[in-house]
Amino acid sequence: MAAKQFVQIKVNGRNREALVEPRMLLVHFIRSISGLTGTHIGCDTTHCGACTVLLDGKTVKSCTMFAVQADGSEILTVEGLMKDSKLHPLQEGFKEEHGLQCGFCTPGMLISSYALLQKNGHPSEEEIRWGISGNLCRCTGYQNIVKAVQYAAGKMEQGGKDGLPNVR
Amino acid sequence: MIPPAFEYIRPKTLPEAIAFLQQHGSDAKILSGGQSLIPLMKFRLARPSYLVDINRIAGLSYIKEEGGYLKIGGLTREADLENSPLIRSKYPIILDTARVIADPQVRNMATLAGNLAHGDPANDHPATMLALGAQVLAAGSQGERVLPIESFFVTLFTTELQPDEIVIEIRIPLPSPQSGGAYLKLERKVGDFATAGVATQVTLGEDGICQKAGIGLTNVGATPIKAVRAEGALLGRKLDEAAIAQAAELAACEAQPSSDLRGPEEYKRGLVKELTRRALIRARERAGN
Repeated sequence: MAAKQFVQIKVNGRNREALVEPRMLLVHFIRSISGLTGTHIGCDTTHCGACTVLLDGKTVKSCTMFAVQADGSEILTVEGLMKDSKLHPLQEGFKEEHGLQCGFCTPGMLISSYALLQKNGHPSEEEIRWGISGNLCRCTGYQNIVKAVQYAAGKMEQGGKDGLPNVR
Repeated sequence: MIPPAFEYIRPKTLPEAIAFLQQHGSDAKILSGGQSLIPLMKFRLARPSYLVDINRIAGLSYIKEEGGYLKIGGLTREADLENSPLIRSKYPIILDTARVIADPQVRNMATLAGNLAHGDPANDHPATMLALGAQVLAAGSQGERVLPIESFFVTLFTTELQPDEIVIEIRIPLPSPQSGGAYLKLERKVGDFATAGVATQVTLGEDGICQKAGIGLTNVGATPIKAVRAEGALLGRKLDEAAIAQAAELAACEAQPSSDLRGPEEYKRGLVKELTRRALIRARERAGN
């Protein structure tokens, strides 16, 4: 039995700490320790991107990282996108443009799209597709996801900054 | 999938990391980007007793030209390469390579050093580094060593690195004026390993005669392959259609692909030939000719 390690991670602005086995994956820390089950485990093999979170401003696949590696870091998950009981423009866009069907990939899609829009407020269709190339959707054919991101880009331009963490 | 249990060590300095590696030998594995190692551990294909997380060692992430080399630090991520103005303006072959590795999330974690040290012939940087004539700088208990890339890859998943050595830098000799390179990869879908990939780097003289040529091949053998006969066929010649066709033919002969789910052997040889042709044309264009 490996020695447990004390881990402290700020998830959506709130400190979460626990004594964990080194082999605990970050996604399990988020889901089990933090109780935030919006972040999904899809393929569990670094392909699908359903587990994507923002770690210190960069998107990562939380199934391919140990919680101990994220010690002292800040994480944004899908639950952190909503502010003051209002949907984030991206969430609104996915709703308005039917950017989801089963919804399983959506949390990861939202975080990857969030990172994309932080870096590039006016992405072309190609840039959007490139930005979400690490996220698989098996329902939509991506058409409406692209439209949803475009919708959000338009909204965010009007609304200014969203007060969420910056992307590096 | 939860990997087998291991002890986790997070050294703050290089000597601390090396001392630990020296003490535990091949029971310990270096955790850098982890984008190959963690999936391997989940599948029980790797079962290290100790993981030495080198991510918090300071001073190992940089991209700079210095002392006749382009120097890339051991912790430099693929995304750093992709976003680097220096790489984007002067080393398009490295940009070609970095941007076809896996996907954005993986590239935020994965490192160039790890891509080489893993020794996987399906990885993309080895071919590019072979074409560029890179050197790997490793630090271990015996001090630092410079390993030429040509002899770095020993066999499948095995490199010249000793268990107590850490890749701290990759050095690429600064290309002469009128040099250009390109990396082309065919993949079944975004993020897949290459069905085949070809890296080419050429230096031309004032007269358009090829003075230097490097050609590396991805995923068509037990190790990344340096296509030396194809390189030889270009030297001292103008890079016209005939010279490029001959080099492409030779590169296809030097490839040692095996049939698998990505295609039969013959197909992959044909692919190496065509990718070599196209990559050479692009390298020639980028060399300004």
